Amino acid sequence: MLVLFIILYGFIKKVNLYDTFVEGAKESFDLVFTMFPCMLAMIFGLNIFIKSGILNYLFDILKPIVNILKVPIEVFPMMILRPISGSASLAFLNNIFESYGPDSLIGLLSSVIQGSTDTTFYVLTLYFGCIGITKIKYALWAGLFADLVGITSAILIVNFFF
Amino acid sequence: MVNKIWGFFIISGIITCLFNNNIELINNEILNSTKDSLDMIIKIFPVMALWLGLMNIAKHSGLLDKLSKKISPILRFLFPEIPKNHESLNYISSNIIANMFGLGNAATPFGLKAMKSLQELNKKKDTATRSMITFLVINTSGVTIIPTTIISLRMMYGSTNPTSIVLPCILATSLATISGIIIDRILARRCNYK
Repeated sequence: MLVLFIILYGFIKKVNLYDTFVEGAKESFDLVFTMFPCMLAMIFGLNIFIKSGILNYLFDILKPIVNILKVPIEVFPMMILRPISGSASLAFLNNIFESYGPDSLIGLLSSVIQGSTDTTFYVLTLYFGCIGITKIKYALWAGLFADLVGITSAILIVNFFF
Repeated sequence: MVNKIWGFFIISGIITCLFNNNIELINNEILNSTKDSLDMIIKIFPVMALWLGLMNIAKHSGLLDKLSKKISPILRFLFPEIPKNHESLNYISSNIIANMFGLGNAATPFGLKAMKSLQELNKKKDTATRSMITFLVINTSGVTIIPTTIISLRMMYGSTNPTSIVLPCILATSLATISGIIIDRILARRCNYK
């Protein structure tokens, strides 16, 4: 849809469609080369962090708090993973759908959490890493705060809707 | 700060593994992560080339200017430091539009482009500017109108109503974005006083 619209608009405005397309696509080489080291670093760090099982300790500590909030414990890893890694939380969402079904409360809640925020750590390191920013000031706190609000409102909204 | 977070991830991960006598896992992960990142780049590269190509058409046909003019009042309010008609505004608006349609892969190249042109305006090259942080917060809170990936995943698992989550998602994500922008403003002001 969007593709058709862009091309059609370009056609009407008499742009050299093919030439401009190729010219633009060329820029991706540049971007990929700057992106790759940042991505490698990020995935390297995150993989070790997530697979090490350190998060399980965190879950144990936070369990009582979650119980008070009356949130199904199965959703909890989702809440922690979401700001850290998009692919990890998506994989987790896959697991949840497989074991509980997408229309269960757990499935619905996890879907909304996945859709409510984006990965703060990943975006932050990728974007700032690539342009060489090392002093990020308050960016992390602002991003994490937005995540917190997103997840909390996801829980409240799902309880209200379903 | 990025350096510290990254270091913290790796050090705490390895220590936990040592604690659990699980050194093999670390060795595997170190090798796997190189493969994972290459996979990811290979997945993203063609998509990125495609979208940058299409965007170039949109740029030359004037579509991009038109769109960013439409949302420029909002952008002017969010990014008061960026001079009018600066290139970065175009990229920011395309990034936000791509995000809204749940096209995460398409949004990334625009986001990087936007950050790069914001960096041109930056006087202290190693310090994040206010506009950069605002842009980042908008990005991380994820303004999505149609969460394409989640809907298709729900379809895959045979949901009876895969799109039932759209409205709750929009509500949650807008709350997250709005509060993100508010906290960004508050923190920015506090930073200036110091």
